[in-house]
Amino acid sequence: MAEILPRTIFLERQRSDTWWIEPVLVLLGLGAFIVYATWAAFQGDHYYTVSYLSPFYSPLIYVKSGVAGSAPLWHSLLGEWPSWWPSYLPASPAFLILMFPGLFRFTCYYYRGAYYKAFAATPPGCAVGAVPQKNYKGETFLLIFQNLHRYALYVAIIYLFILTADAVASFIYEGTLGFGVGTLVLLLNPVFLGLYTLGCHSLRHLVGGRKDCFSCAGSGPINGVYRKVSWMNRHHKLFAWVSLIWVGLSDAYVRLVSMGIITDWNTWGI
Amino acid sequence: MAKLRNFKIWRGDSDSGDLVNYQTEIDEGMVVLDAIHRIQVESAQDMAVRWNCKAGKCGSCSIEINGVPKLACMTRMNDYGEEETISCRPMKSFPVLKDLVTDVSWNYRQNQRIEPFKPRPREQDGNHRMMQEDVDRVQEFRKCIECYLCQNTCHVLRDHQKNDEFVGPRFMIRLASLEMHPLDTADRIPKIREEYGSGMCNITKCCTVVCPEHIEITDNGIIPLKERVVDRYYDPILWLKRKLFGKKDQSK
Repeated sequence: MAEILPRTIFLERQRSDTWWIEPVLVLLGLGAFIVYATWAAFQGDHYYTVSYLSPFYSPLIYVKSGVAGSAPLWHSLLGEWPSWWPSYLPASPAFLILMFPGLFRFTCYYYRGAYYKAFAATPPGCAVGAVPQKNYKGETFLLIFQNLHRYALYVAIIYLFILTADAVASFIYEGTLGFGVGTLVLLLNPVFLGLYTLGCHSLRHLVGGRKDCFSCAGSGPINGVYRKVSWMNRHHKLFAWVSLIWVGLSDAYVRLVSMGIITDWNTWGI
Repeated sequence: MAKLRNFKIWRGDSDSGDLVNYQTEIDEGMVVLDAIHRIQVESAQDMAVRWNCKAGKCGSCSIEINGVPKLACMTRMNDYGEEETISCRPMKSFPVLKDLVTDVSWNYRQNQRIEPFKPRPREQDGNHRMMQEDVDRVQEFRKCIECYLCQNTCHVLRDHQKNDEFVGPRFMIRLASLEMHPLDTADRIPKIREEYGSGMCNITKCCTVVCPEHIEITDNGIIPLKERVVDRYYDPILWLKRKLFGKKDQSK
Protein backbone atom coordinates (compact mmCIF):
# COMPACT_ATOMS: atom_id res chain seq x y z
CA MET A 1 0.00 0.00 0.00
CA ALA A 2 2.69 2.48 1.02
CA GLU A 3 4.56 2.16 -2.28
CA ILE A 4 1.75 3.28 -4.53
CA LEU A 5 0.56 6.28 -2.58
CA PRO A 6 2.17 9.70 -3.17
CA ARG A 7 4.27 11.17 -0.36
CA THR A 8 2.69 13.98 1.60
CA ILE A 9 4.03 17.50 1.20
CA PHE A 10 4.45 19.70 4.30
CA LEU A 11 1.20 21.59 5.04
CA GLU A 12 -0.56 19.82 2.15
CA ARG A 13 -4.25 19.95 2.94
CA GLN A 14 -7.70 20.25 1.48
CA ARG A 15 -9.18 21.72 4.65
CA SER A 16 -10.79 25.12 4.32
CA ASP A 17 -11.66 25.55 8.01
CA THR A 18 -9.65 27.27 10.74
CA TRP A 19 -7.63 24.17 11.74
CA TRP A 20 -4.57 26.34 12.45
CA ILE A 21 -6.10 28.29 15.35
CA GLU A 22 -5.44 25.65 18.01
CA PRO A 23 -1.76 24.99 17.17
CA VAL A 24 -1.14 28.74 16.92
CA LEU A 25 -2.75 29.32 20.33
CA VAL A 26 -0.66 26.49 21.80
CA LEU A 27 2.47 27.96 20.23
CA LEU A 28 1.74 31.41 21.63
CA GLY A 29 0.52 30.17 25.02
CA LEU A 30 3.35 27.75 25.72
CA GLY A 31 5.88 30.10 24.14
CA ALA A 32 4.75 33.00 26.33
CA PHE A 33 4.88 30.84 29.45
CA ILE A 34 8.37 29.52 28.68
CA VAL A 35 9.67 33.05 28.02
CA TYR A 36 8.08 34.45 31.20
CA ALA A 37 9.12 31.53 33.43
CA THR A 38 12.71 31.69 32.15
CA TRP A 39 12.84 35.45 32.68
CA ALA A 40 11.33 35.13 36.17
CA ALA A 41 13.77 32.35 37.10
CA PHE A 42 16.73 34.50 36.00
CA GLN A 43 15.68 37.45 38.18
CA GLY A 44 16.38 35.86 41.57
CA ASP A 45 14.56 38.70 43.35
CA HIS A 46 11.04 39.88 44.25
CA TYR A 47 9.77 36.35 44.83
CA TYR A 48 8.59 36.92 48.40
CA THR A 49 6.33 39.53 49.95
CA VAL A 50 4.02 39.76 52.98
CA SER A 51 3.79 36.00 53.67
CA TYR A 52 3.54 34.98 50.02
CA LEU A 53 6.21 32.86 48.32
CA SER A 54 6.15 32.64 44.51
CA PRO A 55 5.50 29.05 43.33
CA PHE A 56 8.40 29.43 40.88
CA TYR A 57 10.74 29.62 43.89
CA SER A 58 9.22 26.94 46.10
CA PRO A 59 10.64 24.94 47.79
CA LEU A 60 13.33 27.42 48.78
CA ILE A 61 16.52 25.40 49.10
CA TYR A 62 18.87 28.33 49.58
CA VAL A 63 18.22 32.03 50.14
CA LYS A 64 20.54 34.86 49.19
CA SER A 65 20.10 37.45 51.89
CA GLY A 66 19.97 41.14 51.09
CA VAL A 67 18.34 40.69 47.68
CA ALA A 68 15.24 42.83 47.08
CA GLY A 69 12.08 40.84 47.61
CA SER A 70 13.90 37.74 48.89
CA ALA A 71 12.52 35.45 51.58
CA PRO A 72 13.77 35.54 55.19
CA LEU A 73 16.57 33.09 55.90
CA TRP A 74 14.42 30.88 58.14
CA HIS A 75 12.30 30.08 55.10
CA SER A 76 15.12 28.21 53.35
CA LEU A 77 15.72 24.49 53.75
CA LEU A 78 19.54 24.66 53.71
CA GLY A 79 20.22 28.25 54.73
CA GLU A 80 22.35 30.93 53.07
CA TRP A 81 23.17 30.82 49.33
CA PRO A 82 26.22 28.50 48.80
CA SER A 83 29.63 29.88 47.90
CA TRP A 84 30.22 27.08 45.38
CA TRP A 85 27.47 28.37 43.08
CA PRO A 86 29.08 29.34 39.73
CA SER A 87 29.39 33.10 39.38
CA TYR A 88 28.26 33.03 35.75
CA LEU A 89 24.82 31.81 36.83
CA PRO A 90 22.43 34.18 38.58
CA ALA A 91 21.91 33.34 42.26
CA SER A 92 18.30 32.42 41.80
CA PRO A 93 16.57 29.78 43.96
CA ALA A 94 14.27 29.04 41.00
CA PHE A 95 17.16 27.43 39.11
CA LEU A 96 17.32 24.63 41.65
CA ILE A 97 13.71 23.56 41.48
CA LEU A 98 11.94 24.75 38.35
CA MET A 99 13.21 21.92 36.15
CA PHE A 100 11.13 19.28 37.97
CA PRO A 101 7.62 20.65 37.35
CA GLY A 102 8.92 21.64 33.91
CA LEU A 103 9.83 18.03 33.23
CA PHE A 104 6.41 16.86 34.39
CA ARG A 105 4.71 19.14 31.89
CA PHE A 106 7.23 18.37 29.14
CA THR A 107 6.57 14.64 29.36
CA CYS A 108 2.80 15.02 29.99
CA TYR A 109 0.71 13.13 27.44
CA TYR A 110 -1.50 16.15 26.75
CA TYR A 111 1.38 18.58 26.26
CA ARG A 112 3.28 16.09 24.13
CA GLY A 113 0.44 15.88 21.64
CA ALA A 114 0.01 19.65 21.75
CA TYR A 115 3.64 20.64 21.23
CA TYR A 116 4.34 17.94 18.65
CA LYS A 117 1.65 19.70 16.64
CA ALA A 118 2.43 23.33 17.46
CA PHE A 119 6.24 23.27 17.65
CA ALA A 120 7.29 20.24 15.58
CA ALA A 121 4.42 20.14 13.05
CA THR A 122 4.17 16.35 13.21
CA PRO A 123 1.47 16.96 12.10
CA PRO A 124 0.58 20.68 12.34
CA GLY A 125 -3.13 19.75 12.23
CA CYS A 126 -5.31 16.75 11.59
CA ALA A 127 -5.27 15.81 7.87
CA VAL A 128 -2.64 18.52 7.29
CA GLY A 129 0.72 17.42 5.86
CA ALA A 130 3.39 16.80 8.51
CA VAL A 131 7.01 17.91 8.28
CA PRO A 132 8.59 15.29 6.00
CA GLN A 133 11.00 12.97 7.82
CA LYS A 134 13.18 10.39 6.13
CA ASN A 135 12.58 7.89 8.85
CA TYR A 136 9.90 8.90 11.33
CA LYS A 137 10.50 7.14 14.65
CA GLY A 138 7.72 8.52 16.83
CA GLU A 139 8.59 8.02 20.47
CA THR A 140 10.81 5.01 19.90
CA PHE A 141 14.21 6.67 19.46
CA LEU A 142 15.25 10.13 20.71
CA LEU A 143 11.95 10.62 22.48
CA ILE A 144 12.05 7.29 24.29
CA PHE A 145 12.63 9.12 27.60
CA GLN A 146 8.98 10.25 27.45
CA ASN A 147 8.21 6.79 28.79
CA LEU A 148 9.48 7.86 32.21
CA HIS A 149 6.67 10.39 32.68
CA ARG A 150 5.53 8.56 35.82
CA TYR A 151 8.78 9.48 37.60
CA ALA A 152 8.16 13.16 36.85
CA LEU A 153 4.68 12.57 38.28
CA TYR A 154 6.11 11.31 41.57
CA VAL A 155 8.10 14.53 41.98
CA ALA A 156 5.11 16.65 40.92
CA ILE A 157 3.03 15.07 43.69
CA ILE A 158 5.68 16.10 46.25
CA TYR A 159 5.46 19.66 44.87
CA LEU A 160 1.70 19.60 45.44
CA PHE A 161 2.29 19.11 49.17
CA ILE A 162 4.94 21.84 49.23
CA LEU A 163 2.74 24.37 47.43
CA THR A 164 -0.19 23.50 49.69
CA ALA A 165 2.05 24.16 52.71
CA ASP A 166 3.00 27.54 51.14
CA ALA A 167 -0.68 28.38 50.72
CA VAL A 168 -1.39 27.52 54.38
CA ALA A 169 1.65 29.51 55.51
CA SER A 170 0.38 32.53 53.58
CA PHE A 171 -2.41 32.89 56.19
CA ILE A 172 0.13 33.90 58.82
CA TYR A 173 2.05 37.18 58.70
CA GLU A 174 4.43 37.88 61.59
CA GLY A 175 2.50 35.53 63.85
CA THR A 176 -0.91 37.03 63.04
CA LEU A 177 -3.62 35.01 61.33
CA GLY A 178 -5.24 36.79 58.40
CA PHE A 179 -5.63 36.67 54.66
CA GLY A 180 -5.25 38.75 51.55
CA VAL A 181 -5.73 38.55 47.82
CA GLY A 182 -2.33 36.85 47.67
CA THR A 183 -3.58 34.14 50.04
CA LEU A 184 -6.41 33.39 47.64
CA VAL A 185 -4.01 33.38 44.69
CA LEU A 186 -1.66 30.94 46.44
CA LEU A 187 -4.56 28.81 47.69
CA LEU A 188 -6.03 28.32 44.21
CA ASN A 189 -2.61 27.41 42.84
CA PRO A 190 -2.32 23.92 44.42
CA VAL A 191 -6.03 23.35 43.75
CA PHE A 192 -5.57 23.85 40.01
CA LEU A 193 -2.23 22.03 40.02
CA GLY A 194 -3.86 19.18 41.93
CA LEU A 195 -6.68 18.86 39.40
CA TYR A 196 -4.06 18.73 36.66
CA THR A 197 -1.53 16.44 38.39
CA LEU A 198 -4.08 13.98 39.76
CA GLY A 199 -5.67 13.63 36.31
CA CYS A 200 -2.35 12.44 34.86
CA HIS A 201 -2.58 9.49 32.45
CA SER A 202 0.27 7.71 34.25
CA LEU A 203 -1.46 8.11 37.61
CA ARG A 204 -4.66 6.76 36.08
CA HIS A 205 -2.72 3.72 35.01
CA LEU A 206 -1.02 3.27 38.36
CA VAL A 207 -4.18 3.58 40.48
CA GLY A 208 -6.13 1.00 38.51
CA GLY A 209 -5.80 1.28 34.75
CA ARG A 210 -3.10 -1.39 34.76
CA LYS A 211 -5.60 -3.94 36.17
CA ASP A 212 -7.91 -5.97 33.94
CA CYS A 213 -10.27 -6.78 36.78
CA PHE A 214 -11.50 -4.19 39.28
CA SER A 215 -13.86 -6.52 41.11
CA CYS A 216 -11.36 -9.34 41.63
CA ALA A 217 -9.99 -10.25 45.01
CA GLY A 218 -7.14 -8.00 46.07
CA SER A 219 -8.23 -5.08 43.92
CA GLY A 220 -10.03 -3.46 46.88
CA PRO A 221 -11.31 0.09 46.33
CA ILE A 222 -9.30 0.78 43.18
CA ASN A 223 -12.38 1.23 41.04
CA GLY A 224 -13.52 4.28 43.05
CA VAL A 225 -10.08 5.92 42.92
CA TYR A 226 -9.72 5.01 39.25
CA ARG A 227 -13.05 6.65 38.43
CA LYS A 228 -12.14 9.86 40.24
CA VAL A 229 -8.77 10.07 38.52
CA SER A 230 -10.51 9.26 35.21
CA TRP A 231 -12.89 12.20 35.73
CA MET A 232 -9.96 14.56 36.15
CA ASN A 233 -8.22 12.87 33.23
CA ARG A 234 -11.18 13.64 30.96
CA HIS A 235 -10.56 17.34 31.67
CA HIS A 236 -6.77 17.06 31.59
CA LYS A 237 -6.35 19.60 28.81
CA LEU A 238 -8.48 22.19 30.61
CA PHE A 239 -6.70 21.70 33.93
CA ALA A 240 -3.31 21.71 32.19
CA TRP A 241 -3.96 25.19 30.84
CA VAL A 242 -5.72 26.62 33.90
CA SER A 243 -2.94 25.44 36.21
CA LEU A 244 -0.22 26.66 33.84
CA ILE A 245 -1.74 30.12 33.56
CA TRP A 246 -2.46 30.32 37.30
CA VAL A 247 1.04 29.35 38.38
CA GLY A 248 2.43 32.05 36.08
CA LEU A 249 -0.06 34.60 37.40
CA SER A 250 0.82 33.64 40.98
CA ASP A 251 4.47 34.46 40.37
CA ALA A 252 3.52 37.68 38.60
CA TYR A 253 1.24 38.71 41.48
CA VAL A 254 3.90 38.13 44.16
CA ARG A 255 6.48 39.90 42.00
CA LEU A 256 4.31 42.96 41.37
CA VAL A 257 3.33 43.29 45.05
CA SER A 258 6.95 42.85 46.10
CA MET A 259 8.05 45.53 43.63
CA GLY A 260 5.38 47.89 44.96
CA ILE A 261 3.67 48.15 41.57
CA ILE A 262 0.38 46.83 42.94
CA THR A 263 -0.96 46.71 46.50
CA ASP A 264 -2.15 43.51 48.12
CA TRP A 265 -5.53 43.90 49.84
CA ASN A 266 -5.23 42.04 53.12
CA THR A 267 -6.40 41.96 56.73
CA TRP A 268 -2.95 42.81 58.07
CA GLY A 269 -3.23 46.38 56.81
CA ILE A 270 0.13 46.40 55.00
CA MET B 1 -37.11 25.41 -0.28
CA ALA B 2 -34.58 23.57 -2.41
CA LYS B 3 -31.35 25.42 -3.15
CA LEU B 4 -28.81 24.82 -5.89
CA ARG B 5 -25.40 23.96 -4.40
CA ASN B 6 -21.95 23.51 -5.92
CA PHE B 7 -19.88 20.34 -5.47
CA LYS B 8 -16.42 19.23 -6.48
CA ILE B 9 -16.17 15.46 -6.49
CA TRP B 10 -12.98 13.54 -7.14
CA ARG B 11 -13.37 11.26 -10.16
CA GLY B 12 -10.73 8.80 -11.27
CA ASP B 13 -8.97 5.56 -10.47
CA SER B 14 -5.62 4.36 -9.12
CA ASP B 15 -3.76 5.88 -12.10
CA SER B 16 -5.20 9.36 -12.36
CA GLY B 17 -8.12 11.55 -11.48
CA ASP B 18 -9.29 15.07 -10.72
CA LEU B 19 -12.05 17.08 -9.11
CA VAL B 20 -15.15 17.45 -11.28
CA ASN B 21 -17.73 20.20 -10.78
CA TYR B 22 -21.37 19.30 -10.16
CA GLN B 23 -24.49 21.15 -9.13
CA THR B 24 -27.59 19.80 -7.48
CA GLU B 25 -30.54 21.03 -5.45
CA ILE B 26 -30.41 20.49 -1.71
CA ASP B 27 -33.55 20.04 0.39
CA GLU B 28 -33.81 20.65 4.07
CA GLY B 29 -32.30 17.87 6.21
CA MET B 30 -30.08 16.40 3.51
CA VAL B 31 -26.66 14.99 4.29
CA VAL B 32 -23.66 14.93 1.96
CA LEU B 33 -24.33 11.32 0.99
CA ASP B 34 -27.86 12.33 -0.12
CA ALA B 35 -26.34 15.00 -2.32
CA ILE B 36 -23.86 12.52 -3.83
CA HIS B 37 -26.72 10.12 -4.57
CA ARG B 38 -28.72 12.90 -6.22
CA ILE B 39 -25.71 13.85 -8.35
CA GLN B 40 -25.33 10.16 -9.25
CA VAL B 41 -28.94 10.04 -10.45
CA GLU B 42 -28.91 13.38 -12.26
CA SER B 43 -25.53 13.62 -13.90
CA ALA B 44 -22.99 10.94 -12.94
CA GLN B 45 -24.51 7.48 -13.05
CA ASP B 46 -21.09 5.86 -13.21
CA MET B 47 -19.75 7.60 -10.09
CA ALA B 48 -18.61 5.10 -7.44
CA VAL B 49 -19.38 5.69 -3.78
CA ARG B 50 -19.42 3.04 -1.07
CA TRP B 51 -22.37 3.18 1.31
CA ASN B 52 -24.72 0.91 3.13
CA CYS B 53 -26.76 1.82 6.22
CA LYS B 54 -27.00 5.62 5.89
CA ALA B 55 -27.22 5.75 9.67
CA GLY B 56 -23.58 6.07 10.75
CA LYS B 57 -23.34 2.46 11.85
CA CYS B 58 -21.82 0.51 8.97
CA GLY B 59 -18.71 2.67 8.45
CA SER B 60 -18.85 2.40 4.66
CA CYS B 61 -19.14 5.98 3.43
CA SER B 62 -15.87 7.37 4.81
CA ILE B 63 -14.58 10.16 2.58
CA GLU B 64 -12.89 13.54 2.98
CA ILE B 65 -15.36 16.40 2.91
CA ASN B 66 -13.73 19.80 2.45
CA GLY B 67 -10.50 18.08 3.49
CA VAL B 68 -11.84 16.66 6.76
CA PRO B 69 -12.25 12.88 7.08
CA LYS B 70 -15.93 12.19 7.79
CA LEU B 71 -18.82 9.83 7.23
CA ALA B 72 -20.80 11.25 4.28
CA CYS B 73 -24.05 9.96 5.77
CA MET B 74 -23.56 11.82 9.06
CA THR B 75 -22.41 15.14 7.63
CA ARG B 76 -25.30 17.54 7.30
CA MET B 77 -25.38 19.96 4.40
CA ASN B 78 -26.43 22.81 6.68
CA ASP B 79 -23.09 22.48 8.50
CA TYR B 80 -21.67 24.40 5.54
CA GLY B 81 -22.34 27.93 4.31
CA GLU B 82 -24.96 28.27 1.58
CA GLU B 83 -22.43 29.64 -0.90
CA GLU B 84 -19.69 27.20 0.08
CA THR B 85 -18.58 24.63 -2.50
CA ILE B 86 -18.46 21.15 -0.99
CA SER B 87 -15.47 19.06 -2.02
CA CYS B 88 -15.57 15.27 -1.72
CA ARG B 89 -12.40 13.22 -2.02
CA PRO B 90 -11.56 9.58 -1.32
CA MET B 91 -9.61 8.77 1.86
CA LYS B 92 -6.02 9.82 1.26
CA SER B 93 -4.29 7.00 3.12
CA PHE B 94 -5.70 4.17 1.04
CA PRO B 95 -5.34 3.34 -2.68
CA VAL B 96 -8.24 4.53 -4.82
CA LEU B 97 -10.28 1.86 -6.57
CA LYS B 98 -12.67 4.23 -8.32
CA ASP B 99 -13.88 7.77 -7.55
CA LEU B 100 -14.71 7.92 -3.83
CA VAL B 101 -14.10 4.21 -3.17
CA THR B 102 -10.78 3.13 -1.67
CA ASP B 103 -9.17 -0.24 -1.04
CA VAL B 104 -9.09 -0.66 2.73
CA SER B 105 -7.98 -4.31 2.68
CA TRP B 106 -4.65 -3.43 4.38
CA ASN B 107 -6.71 -2.97 7.55
CA TYR B 108 -8.12 -6.49 7.34
CA ARG B 109 -4.59 -7.84 7.16
CA GLN B 110 -3.63 -5.95 10.32
CA ASN B 111 -6.61 -7.44 12.09
CA GLN B 112 -5.46 -10.93 11.15
CA ARG B 113 -2.06 -10.29 12.75
CA ILE B 114 -3.60 -9.78 16.19
CA GLU B 115 -3.71 -12.74 18.55
CA PRO B 116 -7.41 -13.43 19.14
CA PHE B 117 -9.35 -13.56 22.41
CA LYS B 118 -8.02 -16.31 24.67
CA PRO B 119 -10.38 -16.74 27.63
CA ARG B 120 -9.46 -18.35 30.93
CA PRO B 121 -11.10 -21.75 31.63
CA ARG B 122 -14.83 -21.72 32.40
CA GLU B 123 -16.02 -21.93 35.99
CA GLN B 124 -17.23 -25.23 37.44
CA ASP B 125 -20.82 -24.67 36.31
CA GLY B 126 -19.60 -24.17 32.75
CA ASN B 127 -20.09 -20.39 32.67
CA HIS B 128 -17.84 -17.40 32.28
CA ARG B 129 -18.57 -14.64 34.80
CA MET B 130 -17.43 -11.04 34.80
CA MET B 131 -18.73 -7.91 36.49
CA GLN B 132 -20.10 -4.93 34.58
CA GLU B 133 -17.54 -2.61 36.18
CA ASP B 134 -14.80 -4.78 34.68
CA VAL B 135 -16.12 -4.62 31.13
CA ASP B 136 -17.15 -0.95 31.10
CA ARG B 137 -13.80 0.00 29.63
CA VAL B 138 -13.73 -2.53 26.82
CA GLN B 139 -17.35 -1.90 25.85
CA GLU B 140 -16.37 1.58 24.67
CA PHE B 141 -13.96 0.03 22.17
CA ARG B 142 -16.63 -2.36 20.90
CA LYS B 143 -18.53 0.65 19.51
CA CYS B 144 -16.00 0.83 16.66
CA ILE B 145 -17.74 0.60 13.27
CA GLU B 146 -14.49 0.12 11.34
CA CYS B 147 -14.96 3.17 9.16
CA TYR B 148 -11.14 3.57 9.18
CA LEU B 149 -11.37 7.34 9.44
CA CYS B 150 -8.87 7.12 12.29
CA GLN B 151 -6.49 5.04 10.18
CA ASN B 152 -6.87 7.55 7.37
CA THR B 153 -6.14 10.55 9.61
CA CYS B 154 -3.27 9.08 11.63
CA HIS B 155 -0.18 10.93 10.35
CA VAL B 156 2.04 7.91 11.02
CA LEU B 157 0.18 6.14 8.20
CA ARG B 158 -1.05 9.12 6.19
CA ASP B 159 2.13 11.21 6.00
CA HIS B 160 4.99 8.98 7.08
CA GLN B 161 3.52 5.80 5.57
CA LYS B 162 4.85 3.60 8.35
CA ASN B 163 2.36 0.86 7.57
CA ASP B 164 4.94 -1.80 8.27
CA GLU B 165 5.70 -0.46 11.74
CA PHE B 166 2.34 0.71 13.11
CA VAL B 167 -1.02 -1.04 12.95
CA GLY B 168 -2.88 2.25 13.41
CA PRO B 169 -5.36 3.54 15.97
CA ARG B 170 -8.23 1.23 15.05
CA PHE B 171 -6.15 -1.82 15.85
CA MET B 172 -4.58 -0.26 18.90
CA ILE B 173 -8.07 -0.06 20.39
CA ARG B 174 -8.79 -3.60 19.28
CA LEU B 175 -5.62 -4.60 21.13
CA ALA B 176 -6.75 -2.54 24.13
CA SER B 177 -10.15 -4.26 24.13
CA LEU B 178 -8.41 -7.63 24.26
CA GLU B 179 -5.63 -6.70 26.69
CA MET B 180 -8.05 -5.09 29.17
CA HIS B 181 -10.63 -7.85 28.94
CA PRO B 182 -11.08 -9.47 32.37
CA LEU B 183 -11.36 -12.98 30.89
CA ASP B 184 -8.51 -12.79 28.43
CA THR B 185 -5.25 -14.52 29.29
CA ALA B 186 -3.03 -13.81 26.29
CA ASP B 187 0.00 -11.54 26.68
CA ARG B 188 0.25 -9.20 23.70
CA ILE B 189 2.45 -6.53 25.34
CA PRO B 190 5.74 -7.60 23.65
CA LYS B 191 4.08 -7.49 20.23
CA ILE B 192 2.31 -4.20 21.02
CA ARG B 193 5.74 -2.65 21.48
CA GLU B 194 7.75 -4.46 18.86
CA GLU B 195 5.37 -5.37 16.05
CA TYR B 196 2.25 -3.23 16.40
CA GLY B 197 4.28 -0.08 17.11
CA SER B 198 2.80 1.61 20.19
CA GLY B 199 5.87 3.86 20.30
CA MET B 200 5.14 5.23 16.82
CA CYS B 201 2.03 7.04 18.06
CA ASN B 202 2.85 10.55 19.25
CA ILE B 203 -0.62 11.06 20.75
CA THR B 204 -1.69 14.04 18.67
CA LYS B 205 -5.24 12.70 19.01
CA CYS B 206 -6.38 13.18 15.40
CA CYS B 207 -7.82 9.66 15.48
CA THR B 208 -10.02 10.64 18.43
CA VAL B 209 -11.09 13.87 16.74
CA VAL B 210 -12.43 12.13 13.62
CA CYS B 211 -14.02 9.10 15.31
CA PRO B 212 -17.77 9.18 14.50
CA GLU B 213 -18.49 6.94 17.50
CA HIS B 214 -16.67 9.37 19.82
CA ILE B 215 -14.41 6.64 21.17
CA GLU B 216 -11.61 8.14 23.25
CA ILE B 217 -9.06 6.21 21.19
CA THR B 218 -5.99 7.98 22.52
CA ASP B 219 -6.86 8.55 26.19
CA ASN B 220 -8.64 5.27 26.84
CA GLY B 221 -6.95 2.96 24.35
CA ILE B 222 -3.50 3.94 23.13
CA ILE B 223 -2.11 5.70 26.21
CA PRO B 224 -3.13 2.87 28.60
CA LEU B 225 -1.36 0.44 26.24
CA LYS B 226 1.71 2.67 26.19
CA GLU B 227 1.67 2.67 29.99
CA ARG B 228 1.51 -1.14 30.05
CA VAL B 229 4.51 -1.18 27.72
CA VAL B 230 6.29 1.18 30.16
CA ASP B 231 5.50 -1.26 32.99
CA ARG B 232 7.14 -4.07 31.08
CA TYR B 233 10.09 -2.37 29.37
CA TYR B 234 10.97 1.06 30.73
CA ASP B 235 10.14 1.33 34.44
CA PRO B 236 13.34 0.52 36.39
CA ILE B 237 11.52 -0.08 39.69
CA LEU B 238 9.13 -2.57 38.13
CA TRP B 239 12.07 -4.20 36.37
CA LEU B 240 13.75 -4.68 39.76
CA LYS B 241 10.49 -5.96 41.24
CA ARG B 242 10.22 -8.55 38.49
CA LYS B 243 13.81 -9.61 39.06
CA LEU B 244 13.18 -10.05 42.78
CA PHE B 245 9.66 -11.46 42.78
CA GLY B 246 9.29 -12.77 39.25
CA LYS B 247 5.79 -11.41 38.51
CA LYS B 248 5.72 -10.51 34.84
CA ASP B 249 2.26 -9.14 34.12
CA GLN B 250 1.00 -6.19 36.18
CA SER B 251 -2.53 -6.43 34.81
CA LYS B 252 -3.68 -9.64 36.50
